[in-house]
Amino acid sequence: MATFTLTVNGKKQAVDVDPNTPVLWVLRDHLNLVGTKFGCGMAQCGACTIHVDGVATRSCMLPVSSVGDQKVTTIEGLSEKGDHPVQKAWLEHDVPQCGYCQAGQIMNAAALLSETPNPTDEQIETAMNGNICRCGTYVRIKAAIKTASKNLNA
Amino acid sequence: MTKMKTSIGRRTFLKTSALAGGGFMLSFSWLAGCKPAPDMVELPKEWFELNGYLKIGDNGLVTIMSPNPEIGQNVKTSMPMLVAEELDVDWKNVIVEQAPLNTSVFTRQLAGGSQSISQGWKSLRMAGATARNMLREAAAKTWGVPVDEITTEASMLYHKASGKSASYGEMASAAAKVEVPKEVELKNNSDFKIIGTSRNNVDGKKIVTGQPLFGLDYKQQGMLIAMIAHPPAFGMRLKSVDDSQARAMPGIKDVFTIKTYPEDYAQQWCDVDSFPELVVVVGNTTWEVMNARKALKLEWEQFQDHEISSSTFWGTTVKIKVPGGLENSAQHNQVMATASKSAKVVRKDGNPEAVFKKAAKVVERSYSAPFLAHNTMEPMNFFANVTSDKAELVGPIQTPEFMEKSIAARLGLPLEKIDIQMTRQGGGFGRRLYGHFLVEAAVISQKINAPVKLIYTREDDMSFGVYRPAYHARYKAALDENNKLIGFHVNAGGIPESPLFANRFPAGAVENYLAESWTAPSNISVGAFRAPASNFIAGAEQSFLDEVAEAAGKDPIQFRLELLDRALNNPVGERNDYEAKRLMGVLELVRSKSNWGQDMPNIHRGVSAYFCHDSYVAHVIDLAMENGKPRVEKVHCAVDCGIVVNPIAATNLVEGGSVDGIGHAMYSGLTFTNGTPDQTNFNKYRLIRHKEAPKAIEVHFVESTVDPTGLGEPPFPPVIGALANALYKATGKRHYSQPYLGETITLG
Ligand code: FES
Ligand code: FES
Repeated sequence: MATFTLTVNGKKQAVDVDPNTPVLWVLRDHLNLVGTKFGCGMAQCGACTIHVDGVATRSCMLPVSSVGDQKVTTIEGLSEKGDHPVQKAWLEHDVPQCGYCQAGQIMNAAALLSETPNPTDEQIETAMNGNICRCGTYVRIKAAIKTASKNLNA
Repeated sequence: MTKMKTSIGRRTFLKTSALAGGGFMLSFSWLAGCKPAPDMVELPKEWFELNGYLKIGDNGLVTIMSPNPEIGQNVKTSMPMLVAEELDVDWKNVIVEQAPLNTSVFTRQLAGGSQSISQGWKSLRMAGATARNMLREAAAKTWGVPVDEITTEASMLYHKASGKSASYGEMASAAAKVEVPKEVELKNNSDFKIIGTSRNNVDGKKIVTGQPLFGLDYKQQGMLIAMIAHPPAFGMRLKSVDDSQARAMPGIKDVFTIKTYPEDYAQQWCDVDSFPELVVVVGNTTWEVMNARKALKLEWEQFQDHEISSSTFWGTTVKIKVPGGLENSAQHNQVMATASKSAKVVRKDGNPEAVFKKAAKVVERSYSAPFLAHNTMEPMNFFANVTSDKAELVGPIQTPEFMEKSIAARLGLPLEKIDIQMTRQGGGFGRRLYGHFLVEAAVISQKINAPVKLIYTREDDMSFGVYRPAYHARYKAALDENNKLIGFHVNAGGIPESPLFANRFPAGAVENYLAESWTAPSNISVGAFRAPASNFIAGAEQSFLDEVAEAAGKDPIQFRLELLDRALNNPVGERNDYEAKRLMGVLELVRSKSNWGQDMPNIHRGVSAYFCHDSYVAHVIDLAMENGKPRVEKVHCAVDCGIVVNPIAATNLVEGGSVDGIGHAMYSGLTFTNGTPDQTNFNKYRLIRHKEAPKAIEVHFVESTVDPTGLGEPPFPPVIGALANALYKATGKRHYSQPYLGETITLG
């Protein structure tokens, strides 16, 4: 066990855990941030996507010891009022079915748009390919990303 | 206007959940469902419960209970819409709460068979209409006017003649004292204001902001985490446990074995005991428990042939043979070939043997599909807190009514001491019909005498069983010299269940018809998977009909319509389970909406249509070829599911079902080596991804006044036929065996 001080959603928080503990479980079990989801535990489904210094990262295989002072953002901290353009576009398109994969999809989409504000269809598909949706909401996700992109650039 | 007898008592909602308000930590109120976001509205000082489905606040806010499990089929929005419609309430004043299991108030709290809306169509509307009548009675009494003269609109009561009006909030307290009417009138369809209009997901805001909603998110003070270890292969059971190392690991509270069911227990259809004895690790946190489980040293042994008795969904008791031995996918093909030779005749019309002898042309083809794992994105999990006199369970389950019985039997508690609360569920697809994980969680909690959350990893989930069975079907068609279909023969079966629906199309449309069914036993456990059996047989049959149409030199839509014309006007046989007219309707709709028959550069098309779960769906798929690879440019869907309650969500569900069908046919499959699944996570088990998804999907609903029918399942089966038929047009190659990717094609 060791103590790590993480900056999560702008707040510094200390946790006492095994250094190998994936950030996913630190968030869910220790910091009560359960918006980040567990889907596979092996960086294959994207449900656990968070931002580490703004970069979309799979938290299920990211040991807490590797984070250091990098800033962690989770779905709960993506925006203060839940009004990030991506979140708004998701609501406008009524994207979710079961909803379980959507936090990961949103975090990945938000990272894509901050890097590539006007992505082509192909760029969207490539960037989002690591996020599985068993309910099959892919067409709506793409449409929502385009709406968010339009609103971001308006 | 439909008059109906009410079946709602005065105070039916007696069993208020103990979890009300206190379930989640983080100041999240368990019951504060949804819409409008509870932090943005002022809560009433007092609620008045008019019946078990709804209560009205003194400020006009209305809480509507959503009785059925929400697995992504959107019933948490669409079922309350039915109540709100007849209550005549303004939707923006509605808060939705997930109801706990309560069989004294709600009927059929089950998510399965695409039945929630059709079964709730009358009861939910009745609940709304009953409350509306009580409000009108209250207003009539208060104003001293006849009740017939009281009208309502958008949460308001009016008496036109005197110009009096009041809000529902103002009249709620008086309404709560009014007798429940014996009979109520339901609205005419033409008066609907909410049904048939698009209403966004009531949990949308919570989903996109990552609020706790799902079973895995649930927490209680003092809660421990548990995981199980099950045998690595079907056909094996636990022999010995060495837990000395695991016990000594940090954060570990206990390691022990459990039997999920008692020795002489008569299973229900939704019980699963492919692995009767499990090893359990309990500890403080997920990561600690995961690590300790890896340190277990477990030995397994093979079990022998045995028989179990189980009740079916319909309540009859059946004996099921469970063979011993470790099975291999390579042998399954042989097993199926042998079993298909001793098939039973399920339906026979005319003289099929004779027509096959004299036919001008005979087409014969075989189709197969592998086992599939459900892979809901949220793996199996459940919370349990069992004390000496009661059991509290919280989590994702499609069959709370049934599981309550299993838990009661296992714990030796009466049914009324079992409390089941449903969370939002990260997918169902049939997997959460089989609630062994509730029983496991309950047994674990009882044993450690503490609240516990049982968590499955993806690997646990994918290797536990309850798979979609492996299937095989052989079709034979006889054409006469005028290319008329004069004989049809299907021989279908599976390991261990048959996919045959002998009385569906083309039964009724062909003079000489033979349907045969067989099964082959297995110790690999199976269960319902989105559109059970239809999910295979539709694709097989619709691919085959495409080949028969081609052999007959006919357009595939025209060919089907001609057959359906026969089924409509001069049906063969006594019992045909589909309405030919509605199947024709979706084919005609998809034909016109897709501009079928119009040539487009580099677009290759396939069509398919199928009936299941009382609904009718037809698909046309447009494939484009790029660098020798097919790509789904567009999916056109025509759907007849009766009245569409919530178009935006219904469209989403049809899109999702189409993507899901294409994905499974193309990529997914579970194979076995010595009883062990070869795929246990998404590195090897393929699900469709963004790049492979259709570029566009168009959904068209048939305008209808028929009461609503299923929608969660019907769009899945037919899309597979349309895909196979479009692939043939694009590549010249027919596909007979799923996943088609195994035949070296990728979508991209
Ligand atoms: S849980 Fe991390 S990628 Fe699946
Ligand atoms: S919405 Fe259910 S997995 Fe994506």
